[in-house]
Amino acid sequence: MIEEIGTTEQGELVVNLGPQHPSTHGVLHLVVTLSGETIKKVEPHLGYIHRSIEKMCESLSYRQFIYVTSRMDYLSSHINNHGCALCVEKGMQIEVPPRAKVIRVLMDELTRLASHQLWWGAMAMDVGALTPFFYAFREREAINDIMEETCGARLTMNYMAPGGVAFDLHPDFQRKVKDFLAFFRTKIDEYDELVTDNIIFQRRMEGIGYLSSEDAISYGCTGPTARGSGVSCDIRKSVPYEVYSQVQFEEVLETGGDCFARYNVRMGEMRQSISIIEQLIDNIPGGEFLAKTKAVLKLPKGEFYSKVETARGEFGVYIISEGGTTPYRIKFRSPGFSNLSALDHMARGHKIGDLVAIMGTLDLVIPDIDR
Amino acid sequence: MAFLRTYLSDIYHGARSLLKGMKLTGYYFTHRKEIITQQYPDNKAEMKLPERFRGEVVMLHDENNEHACTGCTACELACPNGTIKIITKIETSPDGKKKKALDTFIYHLELCTMCNLCIQACPTDAIKMAQNFEHSVYDRSQLTKNLNKPGSKIREGVE
Repeated sequence: MIEEIGTTEQGELVVNLGPQHPSTHGVLHLVVTLSGETIKKVEPHLGYIHRSIEKMCESLSYRQFIYVTSRMDYLSSHINNHGCALCVEKGMQIEVPPRAKVIRVLMDELTRLASHQLWWGAMAMDVGALTPFFYAFREREAINDIMEETCGARLTMNYMAPGGVAFDLHPDFQRKVKDFLAFFRTKIDEYDELVTDNIIFQRRMEGIGYLSSEDAISYGCTGPTARGSGVSCDIRKSVPYEVYSQVQFEEVLETGGDCFARYNVRMGEMRQSISIIEQLIDNIPGGEFLAKTKAVLKLPKGEFYSKVETARGEFGVYIISEGGTTPYRIKFRSPGFSNLSALDHMARGHKIGDLVAIMGTLDLVIPDIDR
Repeated sequence: MAFLRTYLSDIYHGARSLLKGMKLTGYYFTHRKEIITQQYPDNKAEMKLPERFRGEVVMLHDENNEHACTGCTACELACPNGTIKIITKIETSPDGKKKKALDTFIYHLELCTMCNLCIQACPTDAIKMAQNFEHSVYDRSQLTKNLNKPGSKIREGVE
């Protein structure tokens, strides 16, 4: 029910936060019920950036619909494309060449790094520190340049295709990634020095927005949001796809359940991503980067589901095929939507200023929630 | 007494963590070499975009004003947004054979999402992505382009 803006009979204040508020990182509209400064209720209103992507996909062929998913969670466009490509490959039973598998994982991890860097900057900005935002963008720029060289785009890549990847790696790719990792290893320690160890930042995060592991499961939270509450839910570990079963990495788990725990999970994930890239960058097998497929892809009649771990959680693609060249129905399970549903539970009882910090640790991307 | 000790140590550690952060900020403030900001558009001359950067679709013409497009419409079918429209004509060759050829290659830049699917679909590599990215114009109709140059024809030997 949409609340009236104003004062209720109990003397509670109902105010709008967004949809044009800078701290909501997009067109998210929250109707907040306040008693003094204390939050009684948070009600997200969605639909401001709904583009009906699922319906659009029904009229696009299996090669064409992948590019649309870059526009959902634009910070992890590679991983979204990856999930779609995996689902089509599952239906068509296409064998992906080993080189493409490694390239895909490398790109996924670089995307995860870039996404977490942006989140780190925006998170610090949300709680009042402006400078980290510029540092985060400086490092992210290096990844964007690498992406631009190999994929031809900086944000909406459309690099993953059914059967592999669209182009081979750029000859400079390995050297540039190694340079970047050497550079970023020192910078991530600076991140800790600048923000993680900062006493003001810690006091604003510790004990704020508590989410128990039971609640995280029942709200359907995935990704760093759930792992901050001690729920082991990393798709890369539980259902390994591509070469994730062959690389050594840890699933970062924190048991605190508060904002600082979720923050630490993401910081830990950045270090794990660096380690995954380091293991793979010298071991890219040769050979084909794109499997030979038919010109027109036709999925057999049936239902197919595949899931990948994006920077925000589990991204699922569910295709129902009637045997034609276009899907009968596509459903995307986006991580942001489920994570947002826990916001009301987390924010109740906290002060209005903490709402922004809680939203920051959820790492919301609004086009991903609305689709 | 224990309270006072915790209180003072909190202040000490808090102030130390703030100074550590400030030290880093001070370092970047005094080291101008670490600044990576590019002064666009002043650096336009030396700015170089990667070869694969996707700016807009162009058709390649050689010095004889010949292109490699056969008018097969593979790109039109591959495009998810209806960006490309190909109009073909029937040409009669000197030895009397009738053959389908390209008449107009209409490209709607305003609809294009630079997904690169048309380039990948092209069997004769007639089109490619150019690095031009400054597409602002005053009228939307200027974004609809004819990619084949006037008077151009298909290169000999391209099937």
